[in-house]
Amino acid sequence: MRDAFTLYLRYAAISIRSQLEYRASCAMFAAASFVISAIDFCALWALFRRFGSLQGWKLQEVALLYGMVNVSFALAEGFARGFDSFETMVRNGGFDRLLVRPRSTALQVAGQELQLMRVGRLAQGALVLFWAAGELDVHWSVARLALVAAAVVSGACLFAGLFVLQATLAFWTTSTLEIVNTVTYGGVETAQYPLDVYRPWFRAFFTFVVPLACVNYLPAHALLGRGGVFGAPAWLNWIAPAMGPAFLAAALGVWQMGVRRYCSTGS
Amino acid sequence: MRPYLCILGARFRVQLQYRAAALAGTLTQLFWGLIRVMIFDGFYRSSTAVHPISLAQVVSYVWLSQAAFGMLPDRVEPELRDMIRTGNVTSELLRPIDLYWSWFCRCLAMTLIPTLMRSGPLLAVAFAFLELQTPPGAASVLAAAAAFAGGMLVSSAITALLSIGLFWTVSGDGLTRLSVAAAYLFSGMVLPIPLLPEALQRAAALLPYRYVLDVPMRLYLGHIPASEAPMHLAAQLAWLLVLVAAGRGVLSRGLGRLVVQGG
Amino acid sequence: MAAIVRVENLLKTFRIAERRPGLWGAVAGLVHRRHREVRAVDGISFELGPGELVGYIGPNGAGKSTTVKILSGILVPDSGLCEVLGRVPWKQRVETVARIGVVFGQRTQLWWDLPVRESFELLRDIYRIEPGAYRAKSDELIAMLGLERLLDVPVRQLSLGQRMRCDLAAALLHSPELLFLDEPTIGLDAVSKLAVRDFIRRLNRERGASVILTTHDLDDIEALCTRVLVIADGRILCDGPLSDLRARAGSRRSLTVDLVDPAAIVDCPEAEIVSRDGQRVQLCFDPTRVKTADLIGRFVARHPVRDLFVENPPIEELVAELYQDARREPPDLP
Repeated sequence: MRDAFTLYLRYAAISIRSQLEYRASCAMFAAASFVISAIDFCALWALFRRFGSLQGWKLQEVALLYGMVNVSFALAEGFARGFDSFETMVRNGGFDRLLVRPRSTALQVAGQELQLMRVGRLAQGALVLFWAAGELDVHWSVARLALVAAAVVSGACLFAGLFVLQATLAFWTTSTLEIVNTVTYGGVETAQYPLDVYRPWFRAFFTFVVPLACVNYLPAHALLGRGGVFGAPAWLNWIAPAMGPAFLAAALGVWQMGVRRYCSTGS
Repeated sequence: MRPYLCILGARFRVQLQYRAAALAGTLTQLFWGLIRVMIFDGFYRSSTAVHPISLAQVVSYVWLSQAAFGMLPDRVEPELRDMIRTGNVTSELLRPIDLYWSWFCRCLAMTLIPTLMRSGPLLAVAFAFLELQTPPGAASVLAAAAAFAGGMLVSSAITALLSIGLFWTVSGDGLTRLSVAAAYLFSGMVLPIPLLPEALQRAAALLPYRYVLDVPMRLYLGHIPASEAPMHLAAQLAWLLVLVAAGRGVLSRGLGRLVVQGG
Repeated sequence: MAAIVRVENLLKTFRIAERRPGLWGAVAGLVHRRHREVRAVDGISFELGPGELVGYIGPNGAGKSTTVKILSGILVPDSGLCEVLGRVPWKQRVETVARIGVVFGQRTQLWWDLPVRESFELLRDIYRIEPGAYRAKSDELIAMLGLERLLDVPVRQLSLGQRMRCDLAAALLHSPELLFLDEPTIGLDAVSKLAVRDFIRRLNRERGASVILTTHDLDDIEALCTRVLVIADGRILCDGPLSDLRARAGSRRSLTVDLVDPAAIVDCPEAEIVSRDGQRVQLCFDPTRVKTADLIGRFVARHPVRDLFVENPPIEELVAELYQDARREPPDLP
């Protein structure tokens, strides 16, 4: 395990150095990533300016949701990007190259690319998160800070799981990948707003199928001192982030099935 | 005219092969539209004030923008990019047609064809189940049709300009990204323009992006009355001329660079 | 000594989805797909002993790369036995691949934007090579392949030949006991080809490495391999030394003669005239029916000759003949 982590760090270092070969365009990408994700927040801010509140949520509270989900997503995009471009790797045979090396395939795919440009979204999300944390009338105890960290990391695991699932689908088909992509990006958009605004079926989807609510909305409820959600007890809000790593583990299980299938069909 | 029509036709046949992708694209737009409608619905229910555009209009605005999403100038033409990067532009120069217009046609095909393939089913679903309004009158229909066609041309001219800008590798890339960000915000894709704060609305008025989506959609909804259509269509045409002229100018400068760099 | 690779009756079938034409076909394809079965490897058996260098040749789609993929743990066969270094590769992928090296001629395993040295160091960590062993091995390979000047160059700036030399080194850093080389000379210029061949030969002769070499370049085979496996349509047509292959393919030799008199009428009942271009005459004969020396003697007696030479047919022709013969045989199943 430690060994795997060291190897991942090596991959990361090497990937960062490759990108520094193209410093100018790397900086440009990062800046663009910042601006584009900032536009989303700009829209959110504009809506609150005009409408005042959203179903009992203030701008600062929604900013907490927004900041957490964007930091999570930027981390996942940064660390698990290799899975996002996996379809190409299967098509051009690059995956064979990984199979002839004596390491886990998931680790090697994850290590393919660590994208520096994602710091744009990361910075933007972190800024909003810090601003919200400062503005909110919340006592930031150690437990609450730990919950924020847990929720953010857990969210990153969840999005990484979605990237893994999307990559796994490439073993079967190449024409339905956009659907998973939609859930991923749509999930980011969804989680930027409180779950109260959505229809029940939609809430259920992002709670029980893709447990996005567990890594974002529920912990935010705990942080803001709001009660339980959907009639569940309030303490559930504190342990809900466990669903993120669980989702990633499940996704990696499916990934293993995909690799086995690849090895028996060769396509 | 014929060679340009041929370019369009060839592109159309290529795109038709990606029917599965088109279907997936339609589902994506539907999903996003649902999210956006629910969010706007939540905001409108949280406030009793009168807003510059009604919820019903916003809902229709969202569905129209999801259907016309492909019209957004949000990327460069990939084949042109590769051609410029690899220096294969020279082979394009050998063809006896105007380079700008042939590239413009490629860009037009890239926006027009997927939009046509994806918008039909989405509009049908939105009309039947998702409260997409019909235009208030025949005049609005005509005005919107003209404005959508014009928007397509404006969008293609922006795409062509950005693609040509790639002759300047790094700054061209940066410009593209800035333009994409601006396109999202100022075309009405993120928020209907009437809901933006005053300052941003003023900025939107100074840029071409609103003529791609916002103006055609509001003409459709009657939010901009049909009587004001001529003025807006004239502005759209003016932008189109400016963008085409800019594209041609930049192209000739870029080709100059190509010759200087030589090889 | 125990075999390095043992393959018995290996079978691998692929199911290929058939696309039906037209829009309706695409829709119907979503509901029910028709499949066609293609037997890529159809009962292959062979063994490879330690220190052997075997050439594995066959036309495109013959099943070469499928076999190599099975041997290197990428693919699982339908049935048959396969042991590589005493292990079943697809059951113990990690353990097996730690001891083999693979070079794909068409794809580099080096990191495109980084200096060669950094790729080597990353591979050191991937293969868990001890620092001392790594230093010794990399120094040795760098010296053998002459990579000193290339180590700090980003891979994207290397020529194809330089890159292939670096790729060979990269595949050998972990001192594999068995090496798969998949078209290692493809696209290389003459000088690089010779350098690569020379290295492979030294690796095999001096270090005793076992090598399976797939290639379309029969000069590689002629220069390197004592043993050749020819495969077509998933079956092995010929397994043995190069001389066997020549014998199998029927024995034909060609005789090229430059006549003194360009207008002379050639009369030679023992051989067949293949071409005539002024003074130059190309003849083809069967050395089992007429001895080469006799043929030349009789020919020279009949015509004044300026120059002549005898050649074996190029190996390409031999292999092409073998392939064609294999195609002509009726299939076992209707």
